[in-house]
Formats: sequence, structure tokens, C-alpha cells
Amino acid sequence: MKVLVAVKRVVDYNVKVRVKADKTGVELANVKMAMNPFCEIAVEEAVRLKEKGIATEIIAVSVGPQNAQEQLRTALALGADRAILVQTEVDAEPLAIAKILKGIVDQEQPGLIVLGKQAIDGDNNQTGQMLAALAGIGQGTFASVVKVEGGKAQVTREIDGGLQTVELALPAVVTTDLRLNEPRYASLPNIMKAKKKPLDVKTPADFGVDATPRVKTLKVEPPAERKAGIKVKTVEELVEKLKNEAKVI
Amino acid sequence: MTILVIAEHDNASLKGATLNTVAAAQAIGGDIHVLVAGSGAQGAADAAAQIAGVSKVLLADNAAYAHQLAENVSLLVAELGKSYSHILAPATTNGKNTLPRVAALLDVAQISEISKVVSADTFERPIYAGNAIATVQSSDSIKVITVRPTGFDAAAATGGSAAVEAVASAQDAGKSSFIGEELAKSDRPELAGAKIVVSGGRGMGNGDNFSILYSLADKLGAAVGASRAAVDAGFVPNDMQVGQTGKVVAPQLYVAVGISGAIQHLAGMKDSKVIVAINKDEEAPIFSVADYGIVGDLFEIVPQLEKLV
Repeated sequence: MKVLVAVKRVVDYNVKVRVKADKTGVELANVKMAMNPFCEIAVEEAVRLKEKGIATEIIAVSVGPQNAQEQLRTALALGADRAILVQTEVDAEPLAIAKILKGIVDQEQPGLIVLGKQAIDGDNNQTGQMLAALAGIGQGTFASVVKVEGGKAQVTREIDGGLQTVELALPAVVTTDLRLNEPRYASLPNIMKAKKKPLDVKTPADFGVDATPRVKTLKVEPPAERKAGIKVKTVEELVEKLKNEAKVI
Repeated sequence: MTILVIAEHDNASLKGATLNTVAAAQAIGGDIHVLVAGSGAQGAADAAAQIAGVSKVLLADNAAYAHQLAENVSLLVAELGKSYSHILAPATTNGKNTLPRVAALLDVAQISEISKVVSADTFERPIYAGNAIATVQSSDSIKVITVRPTGFDAAAATGGSAAVEAVASAQDAGKSSFIGEELAKSDRPELAGAKIVVSGGRGMGNGDNFSILYSLADKLGAAVGASRAAVDAGFVPNDMQVGQTGKVVAPQLYVAVGISGAIQHLAGMKDSKVIVAINKDEEAPIFSVADYGIVGDLFEIVPQLEKLV
């Protein structure tokens, strides 16, 4: 069974982003970029499926700018067999990405498609669900346990009140939650080997997809600042403030 | 303009987030219909009919919708949704699971977790873990939107008298089935809707130590939350996690105990009205958002606090 994994290049999660002065977006020049943390978990899960003998080939795919190749090389160093970059300089929306991924799914016919549950830049949490809808297949979102057996996948999902387990016919889409696994680090020899693995570059037009955004971002602003608080010395003082100043208890 | 709101419910009753979503629909303006898709969901539909401002309740009662599997519900919503200008669902795990599927079936973009309605086609939503607020305008004919419940005051649960109309449709995509669920039991208020939240982090040391937070919470009538560090360390179950990848809360009072205040945690609680931080590290980033901070050992401060409130 082939496994397809989608990865996204995003601002490193430790970076405190700053909004541009002209309010057109956040400052991305000279900011450290990395693979989206949920995508790392997706790659790890695919690699573990291969180690268990369930997956035969892992294809990592990214839709993004030319330098998203760095993140695909990371995926290759972690254990993916080959990579596809669908290169576009526009900031593609989840629906366009889902349509491109659908094109790749049609070509490659994977048994399982693994994505992160959300990218930490747009915080959309849409692409996996949209891909599943377009492909007409089942989805196991926010997965914390994935078991693949006999043409089916049992996925335990993190839901608001606890956990839910669903069974999906394969092929299916799984989106990863934080607790699915702990991603490994790429070793130096594997990073070197990854440079020789195949990486195809395509364009959205190859899949007949127009990546032009449908939703226009009018402006991006910093959130309202909280006014500076105070430090209190004693618990008595804290309770007094909460009762009489803030009036919240 | 007619707006379809997808109810969040457990068949017997509505979840609070539905009321916040109706409030967002009111801010957009227009006729508001509520869809209750479930199995044996008459109770939830009756509750929806009483929400102020709702003009019609659609009840799709069928075994296929019993556990609100996205594969089935999205087909129903996409079918019904064609005649609406807006389709709204709360940004709960259910809403997030189903609505992007609906949007893709309708071939429109989805707008996630709006925190404010600017106009019928323009909305505000947080991006980058809440470190930036984007104002976005949709050009799609049908706007498919999830609503961040803490961004809107709940609509009144009573005062309405909408008619309940049965929807005969039974969509079973046959791609998925429900196996089971394991729900965390709690007598305390629901985290997302609580007026006071007491949260613990890695500084709690272990799961047993959370007992001091539970007893403080019980005295305050508060819900108990946690940081990812506390969840990952196995102190508490993951549905207690507050943050970018957990729940987003905006209570009147948020008490952060032994939580450093990483960006991802702040994304889930920085809209709280009053934030109190209890931490022994006076350099902890949590103090930069706290209205009241106290530097010291939480194992001394929390029991003392419980005695005084």
C-alpha cells in the first residue's frame, strides 16, 4: 500500500510573528521556516506504517514555493521514498491545495493519505476534510491512534468530550493530532541520502487547478494588547483585588 | 438572505456553542434556520426551536446521523445548503470535522473560526495562534463558516417559537462507521463555557497534585484546564487541554497555575477577561498577559487561595 503524506512549509512554531506595518500580512522575510509540527507527526506515522510492513512506499507532497523543497527533503530524510512539489508562488487556500492533492491521489492511488490536522500559520483545519470530500472517501480527523488492518483503518479521534473510534474503508484520509506519536529526528547520514532521493516539481496547472484565492485578505492586524498587569505580594492581596477591583469572584 | 446553523447537540439537548453560533448568525442578519441532524434528536430540536431569533428548525432524524459522522452529515448539509446564503457551525471538533467537507462538496472556500462579523461577506479571524487578526472577504455565493464560540455572546436559549420541520433525507456514504467512544467524566462545568477556569501546567509535578486545583475549582464553581505539558506528562486527559491545539476559552477569570505561558497556550486563553498567574519563575511569559501575578510556590499559594475565597 502506498501512503501519501502532505507537508507544509510554515513559520517555525517558536517564532513570535510580527504583523507588517502596512497590515498586508505578517513579516516572513528572514524568519525561520520549518515543517508544520502536525505534518511532522503525519510523516512519522507513515514511516511507522512502513516499518510495520503495512506501507510499501511513502510519497511526500507539498504545495508551495520553490523553497518548500527543503521541507520535502526533511520528509525524505525522515523516511519518505520520494517527493512531489507542486510549485506555486500564490499563497494557496485549503480548497486549492485539496484539489491539487486530489489530482495526485488520482495518479498515485495511495491506500492512505495522511495530513496534519491544521497548519500553524493559517490555523484553518480544512485541507484533509476537503480532500476526503473531493475524493469521496472517509476521513479520520484529529487522530491519536491509527490501526490499519485488512483493508480498513480504525482511527481513534480526539473529540471535545474525550475520544471516539471510527472505522474507515480504505483508501481514507487521516489527519494527525498532537498525541498520535513523537516524531523522530533526521540523522545526518539520512539527510545526506535524502539529497539523492527523487523530487518531482509540478505546477497546479498540471492538475487543472486554478490556485487563485477566493477569499481576499483585506488586512492583518496585531491582536488587541492586554494592558499591563500588576504583581501582588500576598494571597490576601490577590483575593482582595479579585473581589473588589476586578469583581470576578 | 437565509442562514443555516448546524446545531451541536447530543441528541437529547443542545450544546452551548450552538447559542453562540446563532448569535453570530444574528450579527450577519437574515432569517435563521437551525439544522439538527441526529438519531432520536427530538429533544435537541425542541430546544433549538426555543432559541430567540430562530425562525425554523430542520430535524433530520435518522440512524445514519446518530454519531454525526462527517461523511454522512456533510452530504445532508451540502444538499440542504444549496438554498442558503450562509452555512454556520460552531468551531467544535464536530463543526471542524464536517464543515470543510460541506464546503468542498459545494466547491466554495471555508472560513474557519471567525471571531467577529464585519458584514455579510467580511469577517475577522485569528491566525498564527492568535498573534494576528485577519479581516477576510469571501466572494463565494455560499459562505461556509465555523464560529469561534468565545467570540460571540450566547443568544437567549428561550423566547423563540420556531416550527420544527422534519427532513426525510437519509444520507449514508457507507465509508465510515462508529465503533465506540470514551468520554471523560466530570461534574464540573464544561471547560469551553465556564465562567471561571483554573488551569495547571508542568509545575503541578504530577497528576495527584491536581487535586488541589480540583478543590479550588469546586469552591469557585470553576472548570479545570491544563497546558499541553500537563497533558503530555499524563497528569490529566487531553480534553482538558487549553491552547491552539486544544480548547479556546474566554472566561471571566482564568487562573494559570504552574504554566509558563507558551505561545500555543496563550492562543487558547488570552481573551479571558481577567488572568491570574501563579508561578515561581518571575520571568515566565505568562506574567506578560496576567492582570494579577503572584510569584511563589503554588503548593503554598493554591491552598491559601482556596481558604480565602
